[in-house]
Amino acid sequence: MSATTTMNEIDAPGADVTQVRRTNRMPGEKSFGLLRILAFAALVSMAVLWLLPVFWAVVTSFKTETDAASGGLDLIGPSGFTTQAFEAILSQGNVYVWALNSLWTSAVITAITVAISALAAYAFSRLQFKGSRWLFLMVIASIIVPSQALIIPLYYQMLTFNMVDTYWGLILPQVVMAPIVFILKKFFDAVPVELEDAARVDGAGRLRVFFSVVLPLSRPILGAVSIFVFIQAWNNFLWPFLIINDTTLMTLPVGLQTVLSAYGVQYSQVMAQAVLAALPLVIVFLFYQRQIVKGVATTGFGGQ
Amino acid sequence: MTDVMADRSAVGPDPEVTPGAASGPRPAPPTRRQARRRGQLVAWAFLAPFMLAFVLFVIWPLIHGIYLSLTDQSLTGTGGSFIGLQNYSEALSDAVMWRSIGNTVWFTVITTVPLVLFALIMALLVNTGLPGQWLWRLSFFMPFLLASTVISQIWVWIFNPEIGAANEILSAVGLEPIAWLQTANVDLISIAIATIWWTVGFNFLLYLAALQNIPTLQYEAAAVDGAGPWRQLFSITLPQLGPVTGVILVLQMLASLKLFDQAYQMMDGNSSESSRPIVQYIFEAGFVGYRFGYASAISYIFFVLILLVGITQMIVLRRRKEDS
Repeated sequence: MSATTTMNEIDAPGADVTQVRRTNRMPGEKSFGLLRILAFAALVSMAVLWLLPVFWAVVTSFKTETDAASGGLDLIGPSGFTTQAFEAILSQGNVYVWALNSLWTSAVITAITVAISALAAYAFSRLQFKGSRWLFLMVIASIIVPSQALIIPLYYQMLTFNMVDTYWGLILPQVVMAPIVFILKKFFDAVPVELEDAARVDGAGRLRVFFSVVLPLSRPILGAVSIFVFIQAWNNFLWPFLIINDTTLMTLPVGLQTVLSAYGVQYSQVMAQAVLAALPLVIVFLFYQRQIVKGVATTGFGGQ
Repeated sequence: MTDVMADRSAVGPDPEVTPGAASGPRPAPPTRRQARRRGQLVAWAFLAPFMLAFVLFVIWPLIHGIYLSLTDQSLTGTGGSFIGLQNYSEALSDAVMWRSIGNTVWFTVITTVPLVLFALIMALLVNTGLPGQWLWRLSFFMPFLLASTVISQIWVWIFNPEIGAANEILSAVGLEPIAWLQTANVDLISIAIATIWWTVGFNFLLYLAALQNIPTLQYEAAAVDGAGPWRQLFSITLPQLGPVTGVILVLQMLASLKLFDQAYQMMDGNSSESSRPIVQYIFEAGFVGYRFGYASAISYIFFVLILLVGITQMIVLRRRKEDS
């Protein structure tokens, strides 16, 4: 026990608390152990509580409709384990279209957002121009504007642009993310100017410097920000729901929502759908947990 | 071409090279108008794509929304004549709108405290370095990765009055079953429960990151002084988490005020008096009632609500920062 504990404490920064305590609590050797067991019990019960809903969805998705509709907390229904629900969902075909739509529109949104934000952030960080401060303040101030308050005029705008029910109408309004500009500007501010100056002396223009010096240095932060933007885009509901009516253009969340209303009471199919829709990001998370956790944490804090 | 030459010759003390705030004293700026003009152009080239999108999709709708709110514009294209402040006066005497604002504020109240508290407890527990870090992070954060549609479907199923797991559990412990999403006032609480489960992972990550930034030296020093685990928790960890808690509170309250996705989907579009948030009322006025003018007016009332909360929090946070 103590060996593994020490190992873990070295891995996790800030966690050596426990180790120090060990050496210090005089009567506490026992109560320390008790505390640790209590903490572990609390952690396990919270984790179980948090995993249960998803676990329950998975269990239900492998039941027959009759078993699912009869309720009960049994793991395998009276009629046994079945993949019927998944087969039914996957045979409808739309799920693939929606998943693909979600994948590529989220990718495009991420690419555009990060590209235009990085360029703007670099200008705000390094280039001098009239009204720079004023403009930056305006961009930052816009963070407070809730996108939900803009849906009416935005939809009206898309009507006049003829972009309702198009991919561009879906994608373009999602690419303005002021917090990303803020985060990247802060990062660029911290990059030593000397690195760029060296390249500038060698005759490289601003754009060259940006692409060959600044961007390579910014890879970690760009990755972090991209992960965050992608998750947001992948899960966005309100705007795609408003702007897309054509079934073949829908993203996964919107498409599934329409189907839900259509065959409401087929519980195991609904759960199978939910499981399928959840799968891509969960799998990616399993593989890139460290990066995603870091990406979300840094972005969530405004890049600190 | 000459511009390029000018730019190159100006490399040394080029005023454009001087970074905003990052470096020390600036080299004396040469009065090279050409170089400066070119600098402006380059800057605008970098800015243009973002600013174009920013103006088109944020600034313009923001301004146009004000105009729309002063008209009787409909979604179908009819109307559009100027009617002054009529939409606003109608909204302010609209009981449904006030109820929606009340619901939204109530939802914010009942979600914010658990979302901050649970996140803090989870992060503190995980940060003790207990084995299984990978599993804890997965359990608490994974729901955040799910789309609102997915979590809505799962929770509608759990809250199903006849066969849902929630009632199965209630009856297993001998309690009366509840029609979670079909009972007035309980519906919003059910949505809040699903929301807490769904989004707590985000705050948890923020807390975890903050905890790992607390210098271990502080704990070592405290331990040398004989401070036990509880003492360390209350005199080092929690005070250090003060600023982070401020940030999380702001983010959380603003996020809760924007409730729509899961509320709309868990109620399957049939909003009830007691569960309809303000954003859903904007949606219904605009896209169900086709009243774009009226919906714009409500949007602005919603925006003012967000501004009030945001500004209040900023003032409180700043004051606390100055105090400490």
